[in-house]
Amino acid sequence: MYLLKWLNDLGRYFLLLGRTFRKPESRSMYYKAFISDLDLLGLNSLALVTVISVFVGAVVTIQTAFNLDDPLVPDYYVAIATRESIILEFSPTIVSLILAGKVGSNIASTLGSMRVSEQIDALEVMGVNPASYLIAPKVLALVFFNPILIIISMFLGVLGGYFASMGGVMTVSDYVYGLTVDFVPYHITYALIKSFVFAFLIVTISAYYGFFVKGGAIEVGINSTKAVVSSSVAIIVSNYMLTNLLLV
Amino acid sequence: MIEVNFIHKAFGDKEILKGIDATFFQGKTNLIIGQSGSGKTVFLKSLVGLHEIDQGEIIYDDRALGALNNRERKALRTEMGMVFQGNALFDSLTIEENVTFALSMFSDMSLSERRDRADFCLQRVNLPNVHKQFPSELSGGMQKRVAIARAISMNPKYLFCDEPNSGLDPKTAIVIDRLLQEITQEFDITTVINTHDMNSVIEIGDHIIFIKDGTKAWQGTGEQILNTDNPEIVDFVYSSRLFQKIRENM
Repeated sequence: MYLLKWLNDLGRYFLLLGRTFRKPESRSMYYKAFISDLDLLGLNSLALVTVISVFVGAVVTIQTAFNLDDPLVPDYYVAIATRESIILEFSPTIVSLILAGKVGSNIASTLGSMRVSEQIDALEVMGVNPASYLIAPKVLALVFFNPILIIISMFLGVLGGYFASMGGVMTVSDYVYGLTVDFVPYHITYALIKSFVFAFLIVTISAYYGFFVKGGAIEVGINSTKAVVSSSVAIIVSNYMLTNLLLV
Repeated sequence: MIEVNFIHKAFGDKEILKGIDATFFQGKTNLIIGQSGSGKTVFLKSLVGLHEIDQGEIIYDDRALGALNNRERKALRTEMGMVFQGNALFDSLTIEENVTFALSMFSDMSLSERRDRADFCLQRVNLPNVHKQFPSELSGGMQKRVAIARAISMNPKYLFCDEPNSGLDPKTAIVIDRLLQEITQEFDITTVINTHDMNSVIEIGDHIIFIKDGTKAWQGTGEQILNTDNPEIVDFVYSSRLFQKIRENM
């Protein structure tokens, strides 16, 4: 029974994607929506990403230094570990999980409210494809902006580690030297590929739960929670699959 | 003109519409009346294609809704305007943007032409000077008028209204009713209004269809409804003390 419901949801999700990526009725209206979503979903997340990245970068550095406190391990290894943790996992995955909470609930509750207040029906009666007009600009906005957020997060995470090194866990020169040792540029590509995929999952899964809300305010809340949980699970699972595919 | 032939609609095992036939005439205010839960809203939403019907057909001036492809259906929808029960105004857009939304999507009008059209539509519903306000800043009656202005912005051939008076005081309700009737006659629109408000029925009912339990139980005009002996209509129309008194004095 549960499997049937899951398959039904999956089928409806792909049908919604089919409706979402259709030719827009008016390029200028979609462009306006794209710019507005870029601000709402992307730029508005910048402050949160900044604070989290700086502090997590600093904490990762301190914890790594604490665990590698061995005379046989050079101090600059701490910087290597910090860099790799941030580039490979923290920035693309953990930041995306945090965005799944912030952006995902926003999308699901906005679309859910529009559904229960008949605004989506109003678009449909006008002849507008509501899935395309409401979801496609959001997908484009986050797929475009999430990699930028992730790059900023990487830089700020490493900067946080730098501040931690200034606090005395290691010398600043060792930290800066460690950042350059054995650097693999492909890891950045890997992180960016993940950020594209995660952005797509966050928006489309959240939009699915918002778009098909039935009922009133309580159902909007329930579906917002489902959106965050489902997009987080999708990120975790796809993270494993992408890592297997791209790194192994 | 809209012709409805024997339409059925069910949700799961529950059949809501059980073979309704109806005709809605151009230039007339066509009313669908009935008790709450009788299937009025499902009927109206089936008419505009928000619900796919299970059986029967809906014909818009020789165009069968079910036989239209996506492109043709979209074209037909640009000829429709709809006023929803809760207004369904886009709350992130200003009043002017709400009224010009469909024009921005589908027409080649310039910004100034769209603004002129918004001016005209808002003037027509007696709402000047609200262009830059947001829906949440207006009263219920004003929001209803904006919803009507948005519905007529594309010069529709068909206008649908779902409970346009719900939540309005009697005086404002009459203003909205008269506005809908004036617009219908002025622009020669086929207007279909869902209501259970007897004041509306008497005020603007050119052609009335009474629905009970998903079937058409009666049809006639605003005058005929007061004189009919149909027991279901009598039960519905004269359910309030006011109308019972009116009947006693007739």
